[in-house]
Amino acid sequence: MPIQQANWSPYDNNGGTCVAIAGADYCVVAADTRMSTGYNILTRDYSKIIQLAEKSVMASSGFQADVRALQKVLEARHLAYQHQHNKQMSCPAMAQLLSNTLYYKRFFPYYSFNVLGGLDSEGKGCVFTYDAVGSYERVGYSSQGSGSTLIMPFLDNQLKSPSPLLLPAKDAVTPLSESEAVDLVKTCFASATERDIYTGDKLEILVLNAKGVLREYMELRKD
Amino acid sequence: MFRNQYDTDVTTWSPAGRLFQVEYAMEAVKQGSAAIGLRSKTHVVLASVNKANSELSSHQKKIFKVDDHIGVAIAGLTADGRVLSRYMRSECINYSYSYESQLPVGRLVVQLADKAQVCTQRSWKRPYGVGLLVGGLDESGAHLYYNCPSGNYFEYQAFAIGSRSQAAKTYMERKFETFTEASRENLIKDALFALRETLQGEKLTSSICTVAVVGIGEAFHILDKETVQALINEFEIAGEEAPADETAPQDQDGDAQPAAADQGPADQGVAPMDM
Repeated sequence: MPIQQANWSPYDNNGGTCVAIAGADYCVVAADTRMSTGYNILTRDYSKIIQLAEKSVMASSGFQADVRALQKVLEARHLAYQHQHNKQMSCPAMAQLLSNTLYYKRFFPYYSFNVLGGLDSEGKGCVFTYDAVGSYERVGYSSQGSGSTLIMPFLDNQLKSPSPLLLPAKDAVTPLSESEAVDLVKTCFASATERDIYTGDKLEILVLNAKGVLREYMELRKD
Repeated sequence: MFRNQYDTDVTTWSPAGRLFQVEYAMEAVKQGSAAIGLRSKTHVVLASVNKANSELSSHQKKIFKVDDHIGVAIAGLTADGRVLSRYMRSECINYSYSYESQLPVGRLVVQLADKAQVCTQRSWKRPYGVGLLVGGLDESGAHLYYNCPSGNYFEYQAFAIGSRSQAAKTYMERKFETFTEASRENLIKDALFALRETLQGEKLTSSICTVAVVGIGEAFHILDKETVQALINEFEIAGEEAPADETAPQDQDGDAQPAAADQGPADQGVAPMDM
């Protein structure tokens, strides 16, 4: 009997792109709001971003059902943490928790490509980037999702330090101001929207700083 | 109650149909320091007496936040209370996860009561030695429940548990009809007065008590010491002035202040407030 193939997949890709950029005392997390399946659009107005803690914001692209399930698990875990420790989780702590949660399902993964942004314990911006099974790294900026191949090289060109061998060692964190970083993000998405069919409709931007969280929206091409 | 041959096991009935171990567990609640709860239509206030063993040690934590809409005050074996609070928190989190809405208070207390009942019917367990005053808000309004080690639970307009709780209950029995429509401030004031009743003349200060509130549009939280002390001062709840035979220079010289009118020179007891 020839080898059996599955006649259905537990996964779907709802498309979309996420970006996060860390600043000296702020962090920008952004994602488009288009949700697709195949060549169709399911909705133009779906948020991929969630604020998990006071100083942690996660944006996830991929299979949104898995994304939502992952968000709920992290929310519940954060509540439990608050009861135990009487304080909010720090962003690095949340980063580790996200990694562990993803790896927990190593053999039936969350189809979720995440970027976690926030402020670390010193108040500096931090961005963590993940694969679907929890491998993660702290970086100065990152993008995930269908448009990441278009955005990442552009961010590398704009934000990356010339060489890790350069002295004095440059911080991973960008020297840009908050408004410059937001404009950069808008440029990224405007460009990605042009060539990636899964990215578009509207851009949701969250800016985290010492004062709190600000939310901003920008229209994107709807084709 | 006295020791008898039916009180060794929780699974042994007495000929009179009593489970003595369960009743002994309820005794443990009576030995704990006082905790009180009152509710109005829109708020629930929980308050407890927090006496430290010595000046060097910290106070026992007796009021716990269970969720944004539920809190609990305990009396008795505080370790048992901590464990049950953890269970309650876990139940609330699981319910929120599954139904994306808040666990109704009535459901939580039933689960708690069933958990307590299990310990009254297993030979290898013992009943929880803690009484819980569960205060919370849900779609059907504000609720205050009392959960017993026996596995029973009752809903109350106001209640007090722990040592000298009868004094607080007496005060609240006189005033409870005003609680439903009471404002948040008056409810807290009544809680502080009721708590004072359990102190038998000792001065009420924010360092020996804890007050927590939950209400419509107000998540459950414990009031900080400054706020509580300000309320105590505002309502002059601190307590009786020092008796005439003790050194209190400013109170001598034949004053007849109405606020100290209760205190006769030979009267050491707490006089119930007449409001």
